[in-house]
Amino acid sequence: MTTLAESAPATEARTPLHGGGSGRKWRRRAPLMPALIFAIVVTQVPFIATLIISSLDWNILRPGSRRFTGLSNYGTVFTDTRLRNAVLNTVVLTASVVLVSLLVGLALAVLLDRKFLGRGLARTLLIAPFLVMPVAAALLWKHAIYNPDYGLLNGTLNAVWRLFGADQGPTVDWVSDLPMTAVVVALVWQWTPFMMLIILAGLQAQPGDVLEAARVDGASGLQTFRLITLPHLRQYLELSVLLGSIYIVQTFDAIFTITQGGPGTATTTLPYEIYLTMFRKYEYGEAAAAGVVVVIGTIIVATFALRTISSLFREEGNR
Amino acid sequence: MTTTAPGPAGPVQKEGPETSAASPRRPLRRKRGAEDLSQRGGPIWALLAWALTLLFFAPVAWMVLTSLHKEVDAATNPPSIFAPLTFSQYGLLFDRGVGPYLINSAMASALSTILVLALALPAAYALSIKPVEKWTDVMFFFLSTKFLPPIAALLPIYLIVKDLGMLDNVYTLVLLYTSMNLPIAVWMMQSFLAEVPKEMLEAAEVDGAGLLRTLWSIVRPVTMPGIAATALICVIFSWNEFMFALNLTATRASTAPVFLVGFISSQGLFLAKLCAAATLVSLPVLIAGWAAQDKLVRGLSLGAIK
Repeated sequence: MTTLAESAPATEARTPLHGGGSGRKWRRRAPLMPALIFAIVVTQVPFIATLIISSLDWNILRPGSRRFTGLSNYGTVFTDTRLRNAVLNTVVLTASVVLVSLLVGLALAVLLDRKFLGRGLARTLLIAPFLVMPVAAALLWKHAIYNPDYGLLNGTLNAVWRLFGADQGPTVDWVSDLPMTAVVVALVWQWTPFMMLIILAGLQAQPGDVLEAARVDGASGLQTFRLITLPHLRQYLELSVLLGSIYIVQTFDAIFTITQGGPGTATTTLPYEIYLTMFRKYEYGEAAAAGVVVVIGTIIVATFALRTISSLFREEGNR
Repeated sequence: MTTTAPGPAGPVQKEGPETSAASPRRPLRRKRGAEDLSQRGGPIWALLAWALTLLFFAPVAWMVLTSLHKEVDAATNPPSIFAPLTFSQYGLLFDRGVGPYLINSAMASALSTILVLALALPAAYALSIKPVEKWTDVMFFFLSTKFLPPIAALLPIYLIVKDLGMLDNVYTLVLLYTSMNLPIAVWMMQSFLAEVPKEMLEAAEVDGAGLLRTLWSIVRPVTMPGIAATALICVIFSWNEFMFALNLTATRASTAPVFLVGFISSQGLFLAKLCAAATLVSLPVLIAGWAAQDKLVRGLSLGAIK
């Protein structure tokens, strides 16, 4: 609690030397300028353009239709059932992927924090899902694993069923029958290593003497975990949840590849819906308005993320 | 739970968990691990750890194995694990013209990473070694740009790029990937440059070393690993980027992920070829990520975790 509350101004620890004329100040600022100007131009210009487009009624399928409509696109965004459905799908997808991969990542991190034979190799193998190109991973899951005829899942079920004397295992069409679960599982697979790495770093930053003291005082393993390790891990868990949410909320590759938002609109998330509005329906104004809403939503989440990062940054950077 | 939190967390963290020299904690932790092992059924935990690890690695292993099979052996049910191995699928990929896509990906990743470093290194210097006023605000401005969802920027970027006649151009991707990775690089480099000992910088100043000499003989050696780690993270993210590449390129400038999605539609049996393509395009990042895995977490947490 305390650490989070005082987090905002805390990073000011390394205050610059004040004084000196404005020429000196500018000499200090000079190395920063190229990066700052580049970042402002490349990120703020498109955002301002989005704001402007969001106030236009603009569909390139209706030539000459570009005109100012004020906030009516926002009205459409908030009343359109497709978009509301997309918001709901985004929340469900993001929340389940973040939660499940956080829990699995925590379990893996706890397991990897103890010494065992081949721990280094296990850690290396575990990172692999995060490093496989996301589009490649999505295609792999769709065709090599979920395919009802020759995918690894049904193939394995079939092999197990035959082992026990049945002629044929069950044939499940994973992507059509359980579209959201299929996407969630593929993404959990991809993001668990991310969570695991951050939590493992947290576990390894645990002060050994405190754990030693707890052990000497006769605390059980579970007590130590609940009373010492978890509170210590809290910031690392928060960081992985917030960073994970920000990345996962933007998921486009997996939806585009595995389900194309379907069947129907069962897995159409906000990024994919915006993509469809833009490049299938060519409703530029509406797409821009939806984009602005997404940005505002992200800013709300990001504010919490920034606070967590700044408090961690301060603690780790204490020197 | 809340009552215990400030107790152990407060004073201990002051020592700085990972501040380079503060290593008395290390041996203690090792000892704890060893004792736990003897205390409560070590082999069971080790088995569980390995079982989960193999479960997570199975899809990757399956991808590589299938890429080495013939198409008829790849699409069987139950799966034929012990089918004969062949590299012919990889040969086919190059016949189908994966080469230019890989070159585009390599160009976009390499050039954008060089550009990112050229912008981020001086910026990080002005944010850590000789910090400007309100440098934390600048840091958080950079970070906030990373939080903007790219999908929201896609439409204006598409329209602007189209107006400039820069669609289907690798340099468009270079610029976009630079802006995508710049905040990460600024944060990482700031945290690495902040590790340059102040005393060394002061000593150099007292000795009358010029700026270039200080940069070359003091800052460079300390931050080289940091620069390498930053470059790797930037390469990974730009190599894997899909959405901009898909929507802003057509034929000449398309990158590896675009090749992948366009590749599967036409054929009858394609699983082995698909797995070969997926393995091929993932290989550079897998190797880079594995080689730099100790730096990965620092990059992913934007330098917050050391």
